[in-house]
Amino acid sequence: MWKWLHPYAKTENAYQLCKTLQPYFWGVAVVALVVGTIWGLAFAPQDYQQGDSFRIIYIHVPSAILSMSTYVAMAVAALVGMVWQWRTAFMAMIAMAPIGAVMTFIALFTGAAWGKPMWGAWWVWDARLTSELILLFLYLGVIALYSAFEDKQQAGKAAGVMALVGVVNVPIIHYSVEWWNTLHQGATISKFDKPSIAPEMLWPLLLNLLGFAAFIAAVTVMRLRNEIVRREIQRPWVVELAQQELGGRNAV
Amino acid sequence: MNPRRKQRLAIVAAVGLLVVSAAGLMLYALTDSIDLFYTPSEIIEGKDGQRPQIGQRLRIGGMVVPGTVNRDSQTLAVSFDLVDTGPKVTVRYSGILPDLFREGQGIVATGVLVDDSTIQAQEVLAKHDEEYMPPELAEKMKGIKHVKPANGSE
Repeated sequence: MWKWLHPYAKTENAYQLCKTLQPYFWGVAVVALVVGTIWGLAFAPQDYQQGDSFRIIYIHVPSAILSMSTYVAMAVAALVGMVWQWRTAFMAMIAMAPIGAVMTFIALFTGAAWGKPMWGAWWVWDARLTSELILLFLYLGVIALYSAFEDKQQAGKAAGVMALVGVVNVPIIHYSVEWWNTLHQGATISKFDKPSIAPEMLWPLLLNLLGFAAFIAAVTVMRLRNEIVRREIQRPWVVELAQQELGGRNAV
Repeated sequence: MNPRRKQRLAIVAAVGLLVVSAAGLMLYALTDSIDLFYTPSEIIEGKDGQRPQIGQRLRIGGMVVPGTVNRDSQTLAVSFDLVDTGPKVTVRYSGILPDLFREGQGIVATGVLVDDSTIQAQEVLAKHDEEYMPPELAEKMKGIKHVKPANGSE
């Protein structure tokens, strides 16, 4: 069933796949983000309670949801790297880590900017906010651990263990608003029920969610290509690739 | 899957299970401390048989009971009742209330319990729910007339 995936354990094939996918991801990201953001910020109706302030939801919610999805993707890559000993999987893991960290930071920052006018406080130590902050530290831990090793094969394994252990935090973030009393409100769209948001406000939110996902995918494949070339710099196919690129530039 | 991979997968799964159960037990033990606030009925009736003591610093979260908000016309002092499903608790506060503060709104207040059912608050935060809708729809569904926070005098 997973046989089709096996060729991509080879760095050369993975590099080619990334190169093919990259423009599509960028295309979707640009279109969805431009349409979704303008629609959400300028044309969606005001909220009955929060007025215009609620519009930060169009940045806050996609970044928060995707900070968690990116973490899960990173942990899956770590698992594949650990069990099947794919070097490429560890490269994918470390390619995703900084993007996830940035998404987490955006979620925390926009959350604080939203909390001040609405709740009356930038920061409250409630379960949702605290567990999201721990997610940021987990990302930073994975990055730091990976950079601490000279030998990148060892680095991948060590950081992979941390990424896998940290995955415990993801369900805690999601269910924190149900398990405990929190200042943060419950889930609006990521639940098995009908979303508690009017449809004309929901559509731009979903568009931005798609846009953020495509953006993360696009940056991930870019960073993965970079990582592959850096790690495989001695391989003949990379040398050939570099010569092609250089030759092409010289011809122009 | 070859035996070595199977073995590695088993190790990863076992470690994962251990970590999950450790985290689960820890969170279970911490349940009470992680809750951000007491509800009014927990303050009056007690939580797990323990009632908060007078003079204790705590947070309370509940709905503002309509018609109980009393503002002092000379100072910033205000008092209001909070309720969840049971008895009411009175909150006294002196300061600026958040924009979202209104009757029927969920509120979280930090302060000191001064007697059985009164809290002197130092901070009042507004909690909003996860529902978002345009004002016209809110008026139709909930019968709430939208008042912009900026021109509340309307």
